[in-house]
Order: sequence, then C-alpha cells, then structure tokens
Amino acid sequence: MFVFLLRRIGVVIPTFFGITLMVFSLIHLIPGNAVEALSGERGMDAERYARLMKEYGLDLPLYQQYFNYVGKVMQGDLGLSISTHESVMSEFLKLFPATLELSLCAMFFALLFGLPAGIMAALKRNTVLDYSVMGVSLTGYSMPIFWWALLLILFFSVTLGWTPVSGRLDILYNFPSVTGLMLIDSWLSGEEGAFKSALSHLILPTIALGTIPLAVIARMTRSAMLEVLREDYVRTARAKGLSRWRVIAVHALRNALIPVVTIVGLQVGSLLAGAILTETIFSWPGVGKWLVEAIHRRDYPVVQGGILLSATIIIVVNLVVDILYGIINPRIRHQS
Amino acid sequence: MSIPTPPSSAPSTASQIVPPHPLREFWNSFSQNRGAIIGLVVVLFLIFMALFADVIAPHSPIEQYRDATLVPPMWQEGGSSKYILGTDPVGRDMLSRLIHGARLSLLIGLVSVSLSLSIGIVLGLIAGFARGYVEIFILRLMDVMLALPSLLLAVAVVAILGPGLTNTMYAIAVVMMPHYVRLTRAAVIGELSRDYVNASRIAGAGTLRLMFNCVLPNCAAPLIVQATLGFSAAILDAAALGFLGIGAQPPTPEWGSMLASALEFIQSAWWVVTFPGLAILLSVLAINLMGDGLRDALDPKLKR
Repeated sequence: MFVFLLRRIGVVIPTFFGITLMVFSLIHLIPGNAVEALSGERGMDAERYARLMKEYGLDLPLYQQYFNYVGKVMQGDLGLSISTHESVMSEFLKLFPATLELSLCAMFFALLFGLPAGIMAALKRNTVLDYSVMGVSLTGYSMPIFWWALLLILFFSVTLGWTPVSGRLDILYNFPSVTGLMLIDSWLSGEEGAFKSALSHLILPTIALGTIPLAVIARMTRSAMLEVLREDYVRTARAKGLSRWRVIAVHALRNALIPVVTIVGLQVGSLLAGAILTETIFSWPGVGKWLVEAIHRRDYPVVQGGILLSATIIIVVNLVVDILYGIINPRIRHQS
Repeated sequence: MSIPTPPSSAPSTASQIVPPHPLREFWNSFSQNRGAIIGLVVVLFLIFMALFADVIAPHSPIEQYRDATLVPPMWQEGGSSKYILGTDPVGRDMLSRLIHGARLSLLIGLVSVSLSLSIGIVLGLIAGFARGYVEIFILRLMDVMLALPSLLLAVAVVAILGPGLTNTMYAIAVVMMPHYVRLTRAAVIGELSRDYVNASRIAGAGTLRLMFNCVLPNCAAPLIVQATLGFSAAILDAAALGFLGIGAQPPTPEWGSMLASALEFIQSAWWVVTFPGLAILLSVLAINLMGDGLRDALDPKLKR
C-alpha cells in the first residue's frame, strides 16, 4: 500500500511542476511585453519600466525567474490582480466556495438521477426505457451547456417565473459568511426565507452544470451493470435463490460501482470547466466567471493563478480518487 | 486487420467461401446501427450545407437589414417568408447565418482535428518507438495537458494567442493532442511485438518505413474513432469559446458567438437564442452517433 501511495504521488509531482512551467511561460508567450502584461500599464517611462522589471524579477535569467516563481507559488504567493490590486490567492479563496457549492450540488444531482437511470437501463436492457435513457444521455452529453442553461432560464425563469435568473441570493438578505457555502450560511443565519432564496438560485445552475456528468454517469453505470450482471457470481447468487433485489443491490451494484467511482472523480475536471460557462451565464460569483473576466480584462496574474489553482485542485482530487480506488479495489493496487 | 488470414485448413470449402471485403464488412456492421446511420445522414447534410453555403443561403450572413431587425420566424405572427427563421437584433437573416455557421463549425472541426491528429500521431509514434526518456518526457508532457480540462486549457491557450477564429482552432488542436498521442503510443506498443513488424524489420525496413507504412495503418481504427469524436468536441469547445467572447469574433456567423450576442434578447426573441444552440446540439449529436457506430464497426475491442 505504501509503495502504491508513493508511486501515485510520484506521478503527480512532475505533473504539478509541468503545470507551473506552463503557467509561468504564459506570461512570456503572450504577445507584447511581460512587464506591461504584469503591471497592466502601458507606455510607461524608461525609469519606471526598469524599476518594475527589477521588481518582477524579469531582469534575471529565465530559469532563475522560474525558480523564483515556483518558490513564490509554494508560499501561496500568486501575485496581485491588476484590476483589484488584491492578492490572487485571497481572491481565489473568497470565490472558490461558490464554485465548490455549485459543483457539489451538480455532482449530487448527477448521481441522484444518473445512477438509478443507468441501473434501470441495464436491468431493462433493450426496452423502451433503456433506449430512452441512452438517448437522453447521449443528448445530454452532446448538449452545449451554455445553450442548455439559456433554455432553462428561458423556460423556468422567464416563462414560468419560478426561479431567479442569476446570482446566489436575493439582495434582501444579508448575513455573515461562515462557511462560504450559501446553503449552509443561509440556514445558519436563521433569517426567514434566506435558505429558500439560496436554494432557488442554485437549482438552475445545478441542473445546467450537472447535465453532462449525469449523462456520463448514466452511460457508465449502465455498461458497468451489464458487464457485472453477466458474471458468474451473479448467476451463482441467483441460483442460491437470493431475491432479485438482493442480487442486484448487494452482488451486482457494489461491483458495478467501482468504475463509476473513477468516472465521478474524473468529472471533477469537467465540472470546473463547465463552471466557467455556467457561472458566466448565471452571474454566479465563482472562480470560473472570475477567470473569464480576467481574460477579458487582460489581468494576467489572475489568469495565471486561476489556471494554476484550478489545475492543482483537479490533480489533487484525481490523486485522492486514485488512492481511494486502490483502497476499494486491491487488484489496481497490485498492478504494475 | 490487414494481417493476412492464415490459409484455411479445409481447402475444399475455402475456395467457395470468400471472406467479404473489409470495407463491405465494415459497412454491414455500421449500417446495422440505426443511430449511426441517422448521424451519418445529418453529417452529410451538414457537409452539403457547408460546401454550398453561398448558393443555399438566401441572404448574406453579415448583411444587416436595418428595417427588419428581430423579425420572428415566418410561421409566427409578424414573420415574413423573406426571412424563414427570422432575423437577429441587427437585422441579419438567421437561416443564412446558421448555414454559414455550419461551414465554420466543420472547418474548425476539420482544421483542429487534422492538426492535432497529425502532430499527435508523430509524437505517439516517436514515444512508442523510442521508449526510454523520450517516451517518459512526451507522456509526462501529455499528462500535464490532460490534467487541465479541455475548456480550461483552451482558455489558457487563447489567453496566450489572443481571441479569434484561427486561434480557437489552434487552441482546440492543442487540447485534443494528448488523446491522439496516448492512443497512438498504446497501439504502437501493442503492434511492435507482432511478427509482421519483426518480419519487415528483418527484411530491412527502416524506422520511418516501419512507423508509417507498417505500424500506423494497423493502429488506424482507434484513431479514426477518436478523431470522429474529437470533431464533435471541437465544435462544442469552439462554440463555448465563441460564447465566452474569446473565440470567433463578430460578425463571424459562428454558432457560439451568435448565441452570445443574442443573450440580452432572450426574453423578447426566442428564435435568436434557440436556433444556434439547436444547430450545435444537432451537429454534435449526429457526429457522436456516427462515432459510436464507427467504434462498434471498426474496433470491436472498444465496444462498450
């Protein structure tokens, strides 16, 4: 187990440094001048230019610049945002809970509907139910989620008026942020209607963001179930006279869930990517919207930091999933 | 696939039962998949529209009819048969823009897939043949790229290159490359231990000849499948970048940027929002259906 852990972590570390290298190069690859890009100033005089160059360490050789950059990253220093002059790290930490909350809800939504749909489709193979689950999931998988989000807004917010169009909370409410997760904070605040408001703001973004994971999970669950149902131990369990329900729930499903766990882990990346679109559409104050706005404003320290931090989160989550997977499934652990 | 089948042990029947031509066999298997056929028909229709966009489109995609802004589709009250699917906020014909958008989307798919496929194949072949440090270096590089979700990486590339249609294609090509590299490498390593490779090597084939003439054709099936699915991913990502305003720039009739510019009219004019998205969905869905069919027909191993 220890060797397995070390090996997994050993793969992750070069990846992390590769990403720092990529993000570091970004500032030198963009057209124009790195000093101007980092300071956000244009047409400065020679004296100020020289001073800033020294301040950013851009006068050093490239490899030394990279080492300095990594050193700063390790200390959590990702520079200052050009537009707000706040530390990129603290801005990220302020916005991340919103993205986290949305992503968790989307994943919950995807599992809530995706797992049963996949299981049912596998059990009722080649029936209308199976075909419709697969059809809907393929459509969901092909769905441009930014358009899907617009349709949801068009129908539920504009036509029916059931849900708000954007944001996280009605401006009526004001309570201190404890966890940064609006559902929990609004619940803790005890203000009447706050929780309901937070929930109603969350519903449409959750559906929009959760649709692709939902489709992926349903398809994956179905094929994993089909595979498992063919196994000898399922036949044996049936032959022993166990009830159909017990065979499915205990013998088949538990084994079918193993590949599904991996897929759920891999979806974290697509959730963060989807958050870029979903947050932009619903004006959700999270990391994705922040990143897109930074690109529009040419706020390169934020672009660098945002990409690095998102990638780091994805790597860490994938590592954790990998390790968990090794714990659940010893066969993986003992493979090369 | 192209490995010659060993001579049958029963020569008397072998002369009568001729195995079907590989293409025929492929078509038989592909045409049994109804979804794949539907996908193929839609894709052919898209290609037709893209090729003849100038002839089919009733109007210019960028001409603004200032006296006819936000005209609803012809079947709705106030619609006119001049603008079948209505007009957008600045009076451009929706249908013409959608038709020209098909051309752009297919172009984006074609350029980015060919670009990333060719570079990916070369890198994959090198990794598979060279092994050792070269392989580790290439694979680690690809791992770094795979660690970022495609849209995030595309956003990063666009942040470097700047917004625009051409840069969108480059960004998507970069994003898709790791898949081809890994796929090619895995297939190459699988093939390298086969007898026919050894035979050609003994016959004196050089490395390049081994790479491109012997091994690559036998790795084609998974690559074709991945390239097809990559096509739909490219269209989707390009539309997403266009929607975020960092892809194709107005007035280019790209479906994603059409959606973005129609956002504020979502409440008053449903057609400006509905049709571009529908076009994206149908194209992506069709290509995915076709890709699934291709996978089942070409590569039974990958069949899920």
